[in-house]
Amino acid sequence: MTAYHRPDTLDEALRIAADGACILAAGCTDLFPATSAQALTGPVLDLTGIAALKGITRSAAGWRIGAGTSWAEIARADLPEAFAGLQAAAREVGSVQIQTSGTIGGNLCNASPAADGVPPLLTLGASVELAGPAGLRVLALEAFMLGPRRVALVPGEILTAVLIPEVSGQGGFLKLGARAYLVISIVMGASRIVLDDGRIAQAALAMGAASPVARRLTALEAAVTGLRPAEAAGFDPVLVTRALSPLSDPRADETYRNEAAVTLMRRLIGEAGR
Amino acid sequence: MTLPRMSLRVNGTARDVEAAPLTRLSDVLREDIGLTGTKVGCDAGDCGACTVLLDGAPVCACLTPLGQVAGREITTVEGLSEADAGRALQESFLRHGAAQCGICTPGMLVAATALLREVPKPSRAQAEAALGGVLCRCTGYAKIIDAVCDARPGAVAGMADETPAPALVQAPAQGRAVGARMPRRDGAPKVAGTEVFGADHRMEGELWVRAIRSPHAAAAFDLSGLTGWAKARGLMAFTAADLPGINAHGVIPPFADQPALAEREARFRGEAVALLAGPRDVLEPLDLRSAPVVWTELEAVLDPAHAIGARPVQDQRPDNVLTRGRVAQGDAEEGLAQAAHLAEVEITTAYVEHAYIEPEAGIAWTEGDVLNIRASTQAPVMDQEDVAKLLDLPLEKVRIRPSGVGGGFGSKLDVNIQPLIGLVALKTGRPARMVLTRADSLTSSTKRHPATMRARIGCDGEGRLTGMAFDGIFNTGAYASWGPTVANRVPVHASGPYRTPNYRAETVAVHTNGPVSGAFRGFGVPQAALVQETLYDMLAEATGIDRLAFRRINALKDGEPTVCGQKLGGVGIGACLEALEAPWQAALDRAAAKDTEGGRLRHGVGVASCWYGCGNTALPNPSTMRLGLTAQGRLVLHQGATDIGQGSNTVIPQICADALGLPIAQMETIGADTALTPDGGKTSASRQTYVSGKAALLAGQALRAQILMRANRAEEAVLTLEGARLTVRDAAGESVIDLAALPVEGDYVLVAEESYDPPTAPLDENGQGVPYAVYGYGAQVAEVTVDVELGTTKVTRITAAHDLGRVVNPLLAEGQIEGGIAQGLGMALMEEYLPGRTENLHDYLIPTTGDMPRIDPILIEVPDPEGPMGAKGLGEHVLIPTAPAILNAIAHATGVRVTRTPVLPHRLRAALREAGL
Repeated sequence: MTAYHRPDTLDEALRIAADGACILAAGCTDLFPATSAQALTGPVLDLTGIAALKGITRSAAGWRIGAGTSWAEIARADLPEAFAGLQAAAREVGSVQIQTSGTIGGNLCNASPAADGVPPLLTLGASVELAGPAGLRVLALEAFMLGPRRVALVPGEILTAVLIPEVSGQGGFLKLGARAYLVISIVMGASRIVLDDGRIAQAALAMGAASPVARRLTALEAAVTGLRPAEAAGFDPVLVTRALSPLSDPRADETYRNEAAVTLMRRLIGEAGR
Repeated sequence: MTLPRMSLRVNGTARDVEAAPLTRLSDVLREDIGLTGTKVGCDAGDCGACTVLLDGAPVCACLTPLGQVAGREITTVEGLSEADAGRALQESFLRHGAAQCGICTPGMLVAATALLREVPKPSRAQAEAALGGVLCRCTGYAKIIDAVCDARPGAVAGMADETPAPALVQAPAQGRAVGARMPRRDGAPKVAGTEVFGADHRMEGELWVRAIRSPHAAAAFDLSGLTGWAKARGLMAFTAADLPGINAHGVIPPFADQPALAEREARFRGEAVALLAGPRDVLEPLDLRSAPVVWTELEAVLDPAHAIGARPVQDQRPDNVLTRGRVAQGDAEEGLAQAAHLAEVEITTAYVEHAYIEPEAGIAWTEGDVLNIRASTQAPVMDQEDVAKLLDLPLEKVRIRPSGVGGGFGSKLDVNIQPLIGLVALKTGRPARMVLTRADSLTSSTKRHPATMRARIGCDGEGRLTGMAFDGIFNTGAYASWGPTVANRVPVHASGPYRTPNYRAETVAVHTNGPVSGAFRGFGVPQAALVQETLYDMLAEATGIDRLAFRRINALKDGEPTVCGQKLGGVGIGACLEALEAPWQAALDRAAAKDTEGGRLRHGVGVASCWYGCGNTALPNPSTMRLGLTAQGRLVLHQGATDIGQGSNTVIPQICADALGLPIAQMETIGADTALTPDGGKTSASRQTYVSGKAALLAGQALRAQILMRANRAEEAVLTLEGARLTVRDAAGESVIDLAALPVEGDYVLVAEESYDPPTAPLDENGQGVPYAVYGYGAQVAEVTVDVELGTTKVTRITAAHDLGRVVNPLLAEGQIEGGIAQGLGMALMEEYLPGRTENLHDYLIPTTGDMPRIDPILIEVPDPEGPMGAKGLGEHVLIPTAPAILNAIAHATGVRVTRTPVLPHRLRAALREAGL
């Protein structure tokens, strides 16, 4: 039988993780589908027993979402309008069942190009807190997500929290799939837009499932700032497509993904403030 | 190896288990604790069948490691009946007909329980969202959502935003069973979680069985290292060389060509080449890719358009042609030449997967010298014949005792695991159990035939058809399966239920190294209907005739010849189209009203029809039913027509009870079991209500005649059965038959057995003859909203008028319609099986709760002269019009005709882009 550890403190978890041999597990909603066997092969370090990794808190430094916080908890939390995109994404992760088990930390560490959580977190300026043998470090989310199935965790490190600064504006999220529930995105877009007197004072925009990792659309953000949403929505498509490198697969082809990304972004921007 | 002990709380009871903490909770519940109500459909969180509550919150038990549940309260379906709310929900499911096959029912019930604790009276939208993670392949979800919204104890039956449901008849009176809206008779174990499906039966000393499957579409293989490798792990290996019989099975004996285990060469990805058997804890976790099989890839034939002339997939058919089908009447080319308007189209369809939520599973064991097989099947006697042939056993030494069937839709007509577990049980003398993984189910089972079809139809200036020519290539995959049936059925049906003088339809079923194409609800007719119904819309447009009116002009009438020259009575298509007139106009008005809003959403309406011949095509297709009375006064129907969720366990007794003249509540049923029930034939071709129903009618009538003769009473006499006292009363008086005093023959004192075989006649070289004795008819109106910027299609409403001849059970009939529409919608918009790419239920998409439209069924009764009490088949009909109606609605909404299914968003968007939208 393979080793299984389920400590209840982070210190204990870090001790177990130190040799880097363990697979880190949380909701297991990505680990189990990767095998047809009835049991996972370890050694596994299960982080779900650690109370300190759960919950959403706010301090002077901003928001802290424990890495072990489930999507169901995020969906139900009382959060400002800026988080509306993240909460909408939370309600579209897999199914209700997956949202009960699946965690925000697991979603990031699994690093699927179609991870629902990443685009809204990018628009919130999120960073991640990593605990390791050398102590704590904080990385911008963009620096953490390296590529498909690749993140900047070094052996022995554990993702402990997602940190979000105080942000304003209205969050939005649109997921496009070939059916209503339990669907992997063809593309998805997230937005956080601050309006001032009907004009876009600040825009944070991101696309997922259209590049190896979800991308902030900084050129588009700059281009729409200062405009009214309706006129901003008429942006030059290359401001989106230049940032993307979508694949063709059975879900959709590259041309479609580029076009749909532009469409989703036009809708997110155009509907800001409505 | 010792496993850690753990104490769990399941349904309020402490349960000690010894299992590795990284084991899926679903496996521990089922295999260690024996709570098999929690079903496993995918092991990936894609189907939700394994939903349990963990501290009240719904989770997939298959994604939950045992180590995470210590100290937490687990609620499974078996625990629901402990609370009033749980029982009320289960009763609501029965009342609404929410369980068909029952395999998704536990997951639905548990997920709904979590919702109802928070929202006691949910809206439909709330119920759809809460159940969005549980897939159902039978019901189309409508009745499940009804049941959840109507589950509050004491609530009035009826739906929140709908008209109240018609009254249910729990126990119809004598002579009133046919037509009664009664709940299914086998529903209680389905909602309790106690129904025993293929994977649920375990036995002491059982061996676990797995197959090694080809990872290539075409490959030679060398298994010489396998036996030693297996032995070193405490396992046994079996290959084709171990099969004692003829290693070629097939549902149509003259074409039988599929090995149970491949010999030397694998011809499709997923084909079994060897078996391993041994202890489950050793064999189950093994990665079989590590087994020493040497594969040598061969050139794979994959493109059906170029299969003829390519490398032979099977030596016995060097041109890769399995068979050809043809129906011709009049002169098609002449008819087309005379047409005032001509339309032509080519349409291509995909491999479609049955995606029943229950993967193939079962157990085999020997009792004396009889091999017993309890597996999920649609065709017990065909299983018996194929297993006997493969294992070289006399027929009577094979007993098929079907388990509950968690969905079939055609694919469980072919044997899959049955000969494999039979072989292991026979060779080892031990019970042999096999449960396919979702990937193994997807790769090994049959599919709907991909088709490329081209047709032309012409009409005169008044919209009357003058001729039709149809050619179709059907990709039948590596082996025959039901390919001949598809090739023969399509030319008979490709005209649709319309008067079509001057007709020629030709098909060819070609072999490729693709998945084996077999039977799937409609046997090729749903594909062909896409072509004909598309052309009808094009011709209606060309003539300026309303699209429904165009169909009514050409609708087949009683006594008019079909394309096979058959003159039918009880033709119901006219009545179906007439019933749609008002809904059609209302739908057109709705679409027009919405489209004045302009913008990215376009609204459209489409209509399409179906007809479908019930039973085998011009071949014998009998069913036999036995009905007996015991000396104690038990009334027993031996009912061998497998109920795969469609309702034969209810509908056939309804017919039989009324034929006999006793209340259905007094009738017990036995079966299906090849040792106990006469052959009820296969559950296929929409034949059970008609063919087995007619046999049950005849058996009921025959037993009644015996009783009346014995009592010397008139035909209209009323029977009363009280214990062993059978009273027969007519206008002249009453007689009492003391059953206990009659001599016992076998198990019964009075018994009748009757067979019925549809009167068909062989087709000549032009397909002229009597292919079917009974047809069913239907037509559907689909309403869609298309987002033209994204190419997405939302079906908003389907009005479905179906002629059943006689509605035996309206509740079950509606369930068939709603479920068939769900499969048709999936075929139209999302379902495409790609070997190697969609071998799971997150890449192979079937509709969820949120994808289904409102469905308004309209049940029509145009009695059939041949069917029992006028009844016709329904099961396959319901799927046929859906996809063409949706495609026609998309064209109406956007002006764009898509000629490839499924109409995935990128495909529709590409067509719209080309059209400048």
